[in-house]
Amino acid sequence: MSEPLQFVFDVSGENFTSAGEASVTVKKNLRMLGFAPDIIRRVAIAMYEGEINMVIHAGGGVATVTVFPDRIEMVLDDRGPGIADIELAMREGFSTAPDNIRNLGFGAGMGLPNMKRNTDSMKIESELGKGTKITMTVNT
Amino acid sequence: MTVKNIAERLSLRALSMPDPEREATCGYAGDLLSWVMGRAAEGSVWATVMTNVNVIAVAALADTAAVVICEDSAVPDDVISVAKEKGINLFSSELPIYEFCVALSQVIK
Ligand SMILES: Nc1ncnc2c1ncn2[C@@H]1O[C@H](COP(=O)(O)OP(=O)(O)OP(=O)(O)O)[C@@H](O)[C@H]1O
Ligand SMILES: [Mg+2]
Repeated sequence: MSEPLQFVFDVSGENFTSAGEASVTVKKNLRMLGFAPDIIRRVAIAMYEGEINMVIHAGGGVATVTVFPDRIEMVLDDRGPGIADIELAMREGFSTAPDNIRNLGFGAGMGLPNMKRNTDSMKIESELGKGTKITMTVNT
Repeated sequence: MTVKNIAERLSLRALSMPDPEREATCGYAGDLLSWVMGRAAEGSVWATVMTNVNVIAVAALADTAAVVICEDSAVPDDVISVAKEKGINLFSSELPIYEFCVALSQVIK
């Protein structure tokens, strides 16, 4: 058995005006690997929302994308403040984004719902003061 | 209809047009990025007044055919260069979003 293909990105929390780099790179790689456009688009959307959330809400983190024979798995792991109420955070429209971030067009409270809608599975593990780890898969 | 064709018909100013032959099939208007990300169809012409670089990332990831910055909203040079770098069709129009969408609906049938 060969090792599954894996891409790992250190997502910086410094600069949210250039965020999205990891997602754009993943999209490019998946396209080169010949995945169907619909699969790529779903991965790209879910990954971008997760990446941006790490930048905006958690001061950055690590994004790992693994290509398994039957699915693409995305893991977004941060050491941010954690999510107090996951059920509430998952609701469309819920956002704690500050004004300066909202001015950039974020803060609709649609990121987590977009991640859910575009993936086949999504698991959120979060502990206040420790961080958040989100695991998502898209079946291929 | 191709993006180039739409641009000509609607007198759009091309800020970046790396893919003039891209087919545009519909339109989407909005400024909230996650909203656009979740709802804009692939191949749409996205009308917005937002002009920061995250717009380019959203356009790239959601696979829109073109972004049209309406109301002559000022687009920073670095945003234009990122659009070119990422292969994103980016235009500006003096029309308000509503007027632009009305005009777009006349050319995309
Ligand atoms: N990685 C994270 N760490 C800490 N809190 C998070 C994280 N991801 C999401 N949250 C919390 O969940 C809320 C909802 O997230 P969601 O992505 O749905 O909306 P948003 O990021 O606020 O706005 P949008 O994604 O529409 O621009 C956030 O406002 C934030 O409070
Ligand atoms: Mg978000």
